[in-house]
Amino acid sequence: MASLDRVKVLVLGDSGVGKSSLVHLLCQNQVLGNPSWTVGCSVDVRVHDYKEGTPEEKTYYIELWDVGGSVGSASSVKSTRAVFYNSVNGIILVHDLTNKKSSQNLNRWSSEALNRDSVPTGVLVTNGDYDREQFAENQIPLLVIGTKLDQIHDTKRHEVLIRTAFLAEDFNAEEINLDCTNPRYLAAGSSNAVKLSRFFDKVIEKRYFSRDSNQIPGFPDRKRFGGGTLKNLHYD
Amino acid sequence: MSFLIDSSIMITSQVLFFGFGWLFFMHQLFKDYEVRQYVVQVIFSVTFAFSCTMFELIIFEILGVLNSSSRYFHWKMNLCIILLILVFMVPFYIGYFIVSNIRLLHKQRLLFSCLLWLTFMYFFWKLGDPFPILSPKHGILSIEQLISRVGVIGVTLVALLSGFGAVNCPYTYMSYFLRNVTDIDILALERRLLQTMDMIISKKKRMAMTRRTMFQKGEIHNKPSGFWGMIKSVTTSAPGSENLTLIQQEVDALEELSRQLFLETADLYATKERIEYSKTFKGKYFNFLGYFFSIYCVWKIFMVKFWSQHISFILVGIIIVTSIRGLLITLTKFFYAISSSKSSNVIVLLLAQIMGMYFVSSVLLIRMSMPLEYRTIITEVLGELQFNFYHRWFDVIFLVSALSSILFLYLAHKQAPEKHMTP
Repeated sequence: MASLDRVKVLVLGDSGVGKSSLVHLLCQNQVLGNPSWTVGCSVDVRVHDYKEGTPEEKTYYIELWDVGGSVGSASSVKSTRAVFYNSVNGIILVHDLTNKKSSQNLNRWSSEALNRDSVPTGVLVTNGDYDREQFAENQIPLLVIGTKLDQIHDTKRHEVLIRTAFLAEDFNAEEINLDCTNPRYLAAGSSNAVKLSRFFDKVIEKRYFSRDSNQIPGFPDRKRFGGGTLKNLHYD
Repeated sequence: MSFLIDSSIMITSQVLFFGFGWLFFMHQLFKDYEVRQYVVQVIFSVTFAFSCTMFELIIFEILGVLNSSSRYFHWKMNLCIILLILVFMVPFYIGYFIVSNIRLLHKQRLLFSCLLWLTFMYFFWKLGDPFPILSPKHGILSIEQLISRVGVIGVTLVALLSGFGAVNCPYTYMSYFLRNVTDIDILALERRLLQTMDMIISKKKRMAMTRRTMFQKGEIHNKPSGFWGMIKSVTTSAPGSENLTLIQQEVDALEELSRQLFLETADLYATKERIEYSKTFKGKYFNFLGYFFSIYCVWKIFMVKFWSQHISFILVGIIIVTSIRGLLITLTKFFYAISSSKSSNVIVLLLAQIMGMYFVSSVLLIRMSMPLEYRTIITEVLGELQFNFYHRWFDVIFLVSALSSILFLYLAHKQAPEKHMTP
């Protein structure tokens, strides 16, 4: 069972945007009945067929790490969170379509996860200002998901979707907009499902099939406490 | 003529306080959230403004600024407005926003929030019965009735917070109490955390694979819904799904463990930061203050009545400023810890309510610290309240709160070191 290869994908976003509901929907194809506060990190696993329908089809485990909290957390919480950001293969950024602040905070979330040179006390080197170049040379595939689509009034839908399209473009990522309480948005064959599948394929490809698959460039293991690198703690 | 000048001074200062409250709200409290209901921001700023005005009036009283009759007028007016806010407006809006969050009651929000407010008023009124706070010759809706009740709640709050603060502040800042946390401790705990996550992942992998094979064999359908679905699921359950339930239970236990480990690790990081902070200059300064205040607090616990007549104006001023600042900082920390984007409105309003009650009862209590000649204005304005009751009530609650905080912190301190220390 555990003999399949695995990839690790982070699910980041402000509290209350619907990350837990999203992960539940992605992994168990069911709507989460009683969403509650996520403390620390909750993980779920999705079985994904890489290159489905082709002769090279292969099944992988995709670990979705749903990290709870807010960007304004105390620095001790940020330091603790940082332990989950080790050896990440993909990032899903989740924001709430009805809340502009959550979309603005995505920059800070991605900086927190990608900025591996942060000082141990958790103080970020960048102060959250957006740096396009950081994302241009970023090797980790990103996906932007907007939730609570059903709560957007039809008249406002157009301007909201334009705003999110720009946001996804800034991250150099695909975007999906859905409602986590309704499975039909990710029904097999829909454009959202195709985008999702493409994203996971890209993550797997970057991890296992790129030329230098053993070393993800620009992404050294965390140097902590001024000492050596942290040993790889996963059981492979 | 002088009345006009005085009033314009008061109004200017009130506008300034309002602006400060507005900015504090926007840049500190609601830094990470989107303000969608401006009503909340307005109410918070207004409560803050009128609360600060009360303190300002006390200072004016002591300094002898402004005409005494216009001071009296403004006292009365300010008090009326702030009571209006604390008893009518803020509770109503709290009820309204709570009801708005509940999906079922969304349609008849106004009705249910009125009902909630009436319930609040009932309990608020009943609060006055067991306490000997009023002489019986006052009418139903007089200022004295309202203030007495607000005073009781507020004084209890102030005493609880002061008691806890008196014990917690030295505990936090004094390096004597800081457990020695090394990097190795943190690393060990993080390793345990990641190991737990890996165990959770491997179990979830099994569950996902089992579900997939069951789905492919056609044994699994979507969750059975409705009455007949439930009956069906009782009689026919595939062996695979029983296996799943077992694994799910193990996963639940592991997830609980991972949450605990996460919180402990965060706690260790916070302690480490405090240690580093204590080595800085600022930290050493606060350490010294911690010793100083802890001695002062211990002294206050046991010798309450002695100095009350002799505290001068400067100390009263310091107490006012530090308590406002301390309250705002504590409120901010509390807000970050517990709020989410759904409940942020309700929590801010609750904070505004607490802040208003805290300030009103501070006025009641500060009478105790003021020199005799300045007490008259407060006595005049607030009517014939039994001030002695409030002072005694404060002392009792302060003592209870301080002692239970000592007990609580002692237990927490004892329990923690054995778990984390490297031998």
